[in-house]
Amino acid sequence: MTQLAPPRAHSHRRVPPPRSGYAARRRRRALLLFIAQHSVAIALCIMFLSPFVFIVLTSFMSSSQSLSSHYWPHSWHPGNYLAVFRKTDMPRYLWNTVLYAGLGTIFTIASSVPAAYALAKLRWPGRKVAFLAVICMMLLPPQITAVPLYSMWAYYGLTGTLWPLILPSLFGDAFSIFLLRQFMLTIPDEYLDTARVDGCGEWRTLFKVVWPMARPGIAATAMFQFFYAWNDYYGPFLYASENQANWTVSLGIASFRSLHAVAWNLVTAATVFAIVPVVVVFFFAQKAFVQGVTLTGVKG
Amino acid sequence: MTTTTTSHHAATRELAVQPRRRPAAFSRRTRHGFTVLSFMAPALIGILAFLVYPLLSALYFSFTRFNLLTPPTWVGLRNYGAMLHDANLLKAVENTLWLVAIMVPAQVLFGLGAGMLVASVRRGTSFYRTVFYLPALVPPVAGALAFVYILKPGAGPVNRMLSAVGIDGPLWFNDPTWAKPSLTLLALWGIGNTMVIFLAALLDVPANLHEAAALDGATGWQRFRLVTLPTLSPVIAFSAITGVIAALQYFTQAAVAASAANGEANTGGGSVASAFGDPEGSTFTYPLWLYLKGFKYNKLGYASAMAIVLFVVAFTVVAIVIRRSRSLSGEQS
Repeated sequence: MTQLAPPRAHSHRRVPPPRSGYAARRRRRALLLFIAQHSVAIALCIMFLSPFVFIVLTSFMSSSQSLSSHYWPHSWHPGNYLAVFRKTDMPRYLWNTVLYAGLGTIFTIASSVPAAYALAKLRWPGRKVAFLAVICMMLLPPQITAVPLYSMWAYYGLTGTLWPLILPSLFGDAFSIFLLRQFMLTIPDEYLDTARVDGCGEWRTLFKVVWPMARPGIAATAMFQFFYAWNDYYGPFLYASENQANWTVSLGIASFRSLHAVAWNLVTAATVFAIVPVVVVFFFAQKAFVQGVTLTGVKG
Repeated sequence: MTTTTTSHHAATRELAVQPRRRPAAFSRRTRHGFTVLSFMAPALIGILAFLVYPLLSALYFSFTRFNLLTPPTWVGLRNYGAMLHDANLLKAVENTLWLVAIMVPAQVLFGLGAGMLVASVRRGTSFYRTVFYLPALVPPVAGALAFVYILKPGAGPVNRMLSAVGIDGPLWFNDPTWAKPSLTLLALWGIGNTMVIFLAALLDVPANLHEAAALDGATGWQRFRLVTLPTLSPVIAFSAITGVIAALQYFTQAAVAASAANGEANTGGGSVASAFGDPEGSTFTYPLWLYLKGFKYNKLGYASAMAIVLFVVAFTVVAIVIRRSRSLSGEQS
């Protein structure tokens, strides 16, 4: 950087630009760049948003119109959303999903926050190995461990339920531990040392000092975990697809299409139904969310 | 830090020689060990029960014939041998490699491009960031259903717009050659996470570095290659790793899109699993075959052998990418 600086001053002094023409040309070029950038960005916006628009519009169409070639509903049928509830066991799927996502998130936070603290702020032999194991677990495709885990849960008679997906979160979730550790690394050690000098044990330090400071991180982690469970398809498909009483929303709307044939107005209504809660939560907690995504990319 | 604690420990041990105080039940180091254990115990159990045990167990099962009802019987390398003559496996490997070779680079490039665009726009950064991120929130099942709908052959919105400008749109999810590109479009739509990570890294590049290079006469491409790219290399490695890992376990979108598009063609019932790979096996990925083999046909030994191969491939890729990015950026990450 310092090597680049001197020639800059040099060249500036040597070639004094013809005043007015230069400034005008610069302004014109900046304007062109501005227009070019924003037209590409707006085109991309339209491409990103149009699928939402199409499925929302279709979800209000009559079933015959949803097969026709019109973008806009002739008559509005909000009853499609009720029909989704009547034709499927949607309330039950919702309850199951909330149970899976809610319990899973609470368990995950309870078991992952202490582990993240030990990995970020305590020194002990084997810490690096444990962190490496967490990374491995985070990267491990779930198919690799599916057979032994499935036979283990079958042995305990829990296949056909969502418990094989909820109970493991009592024992720490790798991604959550990783994310929480990244957050806690940003908390200066001085705060912790002050608490320790004041006679706090490590657990008290965690709850009195680190927890309040890591609250945005904990919120982001909880949200990720909740969304992960809400969006999860492979897990419920593997363990609960045989038992429709334990289906989640994802399982329900995935088979909706094959069960109710061509009713695209209902399929799109079910799709909107699965998307809306996630988007609403996102808009309320956008800042913590984006911060969380950003931290996943920062290698530690 | 570690040196100071050990010298501290040495000091306390010397003090302990003097019989001044009641000898503590546990040394300070042991107490510290117990404290750490109290924090780590759940996670350590988790690592043992959900990483170490299933990995070793899968390795053992891969050498056996196992159907969940009777105890596994040892068959040596027979499962691995059978994999060499499995036509379905070949198809699945082919499709998964297509995703790794085409979908993942497309995702990284598109995420980088979108990130650069949002970073360079002077106004409206947060607006564009929100809009570009939004599709990443959509549950994979919902996204797959939405794309089957908008890419519907015939009266689907995309083909209608294409025909309005005189293009005869393809059959998308109902055409074996277009099914994987359609899935790629779906993946590009949900690029948000990659984009946000690139955006954060791009905003971290010091602005005066760019200005200095520009005044030095560097062209746009030179500035990108010499200033931007080196700072992005760890992020590119990160998104390549997560992209490849996601492609190797690609399951939900393939299963749901095939089943939904198949329902369109047949207007029939049938479970999601019966449509795996449609049309004509073009979306039949490795995890789909692993699922069918293990949990529909009860060949759990064979499925375990497939899992072990997947494990070896996944971690080889991770090791290669990490090594490459280290040699590129010259720093350890």
